[in-house]
Amino acid sequence: MKQPVLRRAGKALALAIVAALLLGALVAWLNVRGEEPVDATPPPAATTEQIERGAYLAHAGNCVGCHTARGGVPYAGGRAVPTPFGDVYAPNLTPDAATGIGGWSDSQFWRALHHGRSRDGRLLYPAFPYPNYTRITRTDADAIHAYLRSLAPVHLQNRPHELRFPFDQQAALAVWRALYFRAAPFEPDPARTAGWNRGAYLVEGLGHCNACHASRNLLGATSNPLDLAGGLIPVQNWYAPSLTSASEAGVADWPAADVAALLKTGVAPQASVSGPMSEVVLGSTQHLNASDLSAMVEYLRALPRAEVMPPPEAASGVKPNAVGAKLYDQHCAACHGERGEGVRGAYPALAGNRAVLLETPANLVHIVLEGGFAPSTAGNPRPFGMPPFATVLSDTEVAALLSYLRASWGNQAAPVSALEVSRFRSSSR
Amino acid sequence: MNISLRRLGAATLCAVAAGLPGIAVQAATAPFENTMAQRMQACTGCHGAQGRAASDGYYPRIAGKPAQYLYNQLVSFRDGRRDYVLMTNLLAPLDDAYLREIAEHFASLEIPYPPAQPATADVDTLSRGEQLVTRGDAALRVPACVACHGSALMGVAPAIPALIGMPRDYLNAQLGAWRTGKRHAPGPDCMAQIAQRLAPQDISALSQWLAAQPVPAAAKPATALPAAMPLECGGTAGTAGTSASGAPR
Repeated sequence: MKQPVLRRAGKALALAIVAALLLGALVAWLNVRGEEPVDATPPPAATTEQIERGAYLAHAGNCVGCHTARGGVPYAGGRAVPTPFGDVYAPNLTPDAATGIGGWSDSQFWRALHHGRSRDGRLLYPAFPYPNYTRITRTDADAIHAYLRSLAPVHLQNRPHELRFPFDQQAALAVWRALYFRAAPFEPDPARTAGWNRGAYLVEGLGHCNACHASRNLLGATSNPLDLAGGLIPVQNWYAPSLTSASEAGVADWPAADVAALLKTGVAPQASVSGPMSEVVLGSTQHLNASDLSAMVEYLRALPRAEVMPPPEAASGVKPNAVGAKLYDQHCAACHGERGEGVRGAYPALAGNRAVLLETPANLVHIVLEGGFAPSTAGNPRPFGMPPFATVLSDTEVAALLSYLRASWGNQAAPVSALEVSRFRSSSR
Repeated sequence: MNISLRRLGAATLCAVAAGLPGIAVQAATAPFENTMAQRMQACTGCHGAQGRAASDGYYPRIAGKPAQYLYNQLVSFRDGRRDYVLMTNLLAPLDDAYLREIAEHFASLEIPYPPAQPATADVDTLSRGEQLVTRGDAALRVPACVACHGSALMGVAPAIPALIGMPRDYLNAQLGAWRTGKRHAPGPDCMAQIAQRLAPQDISALSQWLAAQPVPAAAKPATALPAAMPLECGGTAGTAGTSASGAPR
């Protein structure tokens, strides 16, 4: 009687082991598919043109933004990229042989960008946006590598990531990659113009716009590099608005020159950048040449338009509150105008401002608490600024003030609660 | 927001809230001008109108301080050598050229100083404070404050700040921050060395005495020091008479 039971259990166990092995093999295969054997030959001497091109492309990818600690040597790494799973520290990209990427071959550098694997074969965390960088051409990758090799080497040990179990395990990363990552070069669309295709290459690839402008699932994955429908940036809690929606940050209805101005200078007649986008303009888009900017603008203006949602029910019939009105007169009206009209080129209008009307008040809370300047760029070298109110206004007052803005001068957006303010205040850092 | 900021926020909330409305009302009546003063409203919200200091005793006066000193502080906040998250976030998107212009703007403002803060310490403490400021303490290897900050204590252009005309709380907070490694200057960080040699009661004595000194009308930073500085300081490049080669440590 006993033996058949045991035999059955044994069979089930064997089956489970085989299934696990097969699944493991599948995950492993999904992680290396399409990879060519890596060539460890040291890179050939770079030409000046290649180095200059690489410097330009590194700007387009804003590599320096993550790979530089606050106040540190550019590209020497050490900045934490905060994620819901822990902090990922960007490594040293200077050509120091011991601590940087001085010993890397072109092929190894390409594999990191295209396949998300380090020189020693380790899987890289997608905080390094290789789901976007996989679109970069080999020629561009070689140029970026040539530029990085031209920098002065900095001897600075990489800081180990601080990730929670099980996210610190390579096996977990392998499963994530099997589910969400597929190495794929950029495929031009022959039905579109050269400008549109160049724009798509920059937006989807180097620019990695959707690393912020898309929502992420529970495991931190975006759906694909084409998704630009907006999302809350994890941990930082700034909302990167949808680039496809006319009610958020879509630019289909803007004159092309205004979109280019926003990316080049940080300010446009309709809006100015703030928060993490200031960093992007500062480190990346202000450095793009006119032809790449216009390509990017062509692509962004041609994005498929999302349906514009009517204001939520909570927004209808809300009257401006008296406490908020008083706070506005006291702290805001001097610059933003008594009717929220702003001052063109200096202080954004608040009446009809899309950033004021976004469903989530995340950015509004950040801006009121932290204040801020538009980035100083060649096109706007002396930006105007707003003082921080973090030590001046309580959560309740910020809530009253924001609810007032969102219900005044024709604005129609849902009120903001003190609880929401408190939640976003705690993420100001 | 980090804990220290929360604590600070709680401590200064009432004072700042009380200080701001006056500024806002003043600004509301002023028409928009395309000027540096207009741009600097991001700063004067906390640092007081024209950077004359807020009434809370924490946000310091920035008007009339030496330009290179102000510039060094702006860069230090932006690049993480000084630690105050509101300043760091505010300055993050600004480049060196604009920070220099901001520094020069505030350095050029000649605003009357507030009256001195009456001392609350006993006579012995004040005399200890005066001793440290004017003569230093050889046993502690602490040079006199006047040796670098000028005999009038109004600082020395372009990089050494005044020590009078500032509230006691601010002086205590800064010396304390240097002592505990919270505040840094470009190396060699002479002020960190000095603060680490001072006991907390010495710092308190210094601050008591300094805050109680009146600032003479039209006082300005000196243009040069009469003798070499006793310590080497990384932040003071360009100050006449500051070479400290061979100076005792």
